Amino acid sequence: MEIISTLPPELIRMVFAVIIIISFIFLNAIMMGYLERKIAGHVQRRPGPMEVGSHGILQLVVDGVKLVGKELLVPVNVDRTLFRLGPILSFTPVILPLLVIPFSEKLQARDLNLGLLFIVSMTSINVMAILVAGWGSNNKYSMFGAMRAVAQSIAYEIPILLSMLAVVLMANTFSLKEIVGAQQKIWFILLQPLAFIIYIISGVAETNRAPFDLPEAESELTAGFHTEYSGMGFSLFFLGEYTNMFTVASVATVLFLGGWHGPTLPYGEYLGIVWFFLKVYFLLFFMIMIRWTYPRVRFDQLLNFAWKYLVPFSLVNILITAVVIKL
Amino acid sequence: MKRYFSDLFVGGKSLVDGLVVTLKALCQPMVTVQYPREEIDITPNFRGHIDLVLDPEKNTFRCIACGMCERSCPSECIQIKGKKVEGKKKKTLSLFTLDFTKCSLCGTCVEICPTQALEFSNEYNLAAFSREAFHYDILKRLEERII
Ligand code: SF4
Ligand code: SF4
Repeated sequence: MEIISTLPPELIRMVFAVIIIISFIFLNAIMMGYLERKIAGHVQRRPGPMEVGSHGILQLVVDGVKLVGKELLVPVNVDRTLFRLGPILSFTPVILPLLVIPFSEKLQARDLNLGLLFIVSMTSINVMAILVAGWGSNNKYSMFGAMRAVAQSIAYEIPILLSMLAVVLMANTFSLKEIVGAQQKIWFILLQPLAFIIYIISGVAETNRAPFDLPEAESELTAGFHTEYSGMGFSLFFLGEYTNMFTVASVATVLFLGGWHGPTLPYGEYLGIVWFFLKVYFLLFFMIMIRWTYPRVRFDQLLNFAWKYLVPFSLVNILITAVVIKL
Repeated sequence: MKRYFSDLFVGGKSLVDGLVVTLKALCQPMVTVQYPREEIDITPNFRGHIDLVLDPEKNTFRCIACGMCERSCPSECIQIKGKKVEGKKKKTLSLFTLDFTKCSLCGTCVEICPTQALEFSNEYNLAAFSREAFHYDILKRLEERII
């Protein structure tokens, strides 16, 4: 008790926030894994996991235990340092964006005034992780996966930034809290529908999920950049992917869907989190549906789409936004 | 330039159509049957191993122990015996065994039987640890049904 009272309260707050966020990341990955398999099942008119627990609800817990129990294999000719670094690099940066996301008016670990930029810079480290993992694996499939991931990320990062910029122009701030605050009356999705569509498409591409899952295209590249990983190495990539999805969906909620705004609840400044999560999980559901609906695009189609459609459209969108605001 | 926008329109429409298809499938009932817990009805023309027909009038088999099935079976998996019973002119069936490990379910025995005494059962839950488990005593199976 003595020690705690001498520590700066801000430090204690941050430690608590990080602990809560890390445990939430695991919970989210378990829920998303379960949801993904269930939805995939029902889309194909089969039940999905059914055996462990009622309707297979504990399946992911069992899978997690299995993955943790596996031996950490390091193949012979890999670059050992990079090989180990890959999963860690993919997992760590995805935690950080959650620290600046305002879940409700008062539930936010840190309100950075450059919050949006912070998120963008952190999520792009994920590409580094894939490159490091693919290169370190010393395997041609992994290498191909990594190269594709880099090309894809460069192509899709630009429309993401440009569509975010349109919102930033309207809200006149980079702070996520103030952006949500600016949507008190009307959500930005109604004012910026094009930016929203561009953001969602590029966001799905950014998370490397189907139909943009070229870095791990299982029918062409075995498992792409994580071919050589097993056990915890693989699970960290898996956690990273689902957390990345969550981040993309929460940023979309903050920028376009009015964050915590919704019909008034008691203790609104805290319980706004209910609306926030409803919106986020609706977007995540949509992303899962996309994955199980569309076939994977070819690589030239992927890049063509980004450079020929998304980038010009988002540029025009920004131009129009700027002109309208100036008038 | 016209192509550029028409591609966008056609592509976008087909994406929405695709989502509608999967969303519909999401709400439809599943096709998978959870097998050990649920079972579906067997189609009437399913061929399981052969069984003796239970004659509803006589409440016993119709077989007259003529031995046609035994002789016609290409895999020689049927074995029958008949014995004389007091007060009856003809022989009565006393043994009817089937070695199902050899049976090819060809149906010759069922077709050739002069009294239509054979039929295909619809047993499909067949699994065992030994071959001998598939040497069926067909007569005993019938006697169990008589009661
Ligand atoms: S052919 Fe028919 S009647 Fe003759 S022994 Fe076989 S089952 Fe009995
Ligand atoms: S079905 Fe064919 S193989 Fe099987 S017992 Fe009858 S005649 Fe023999």
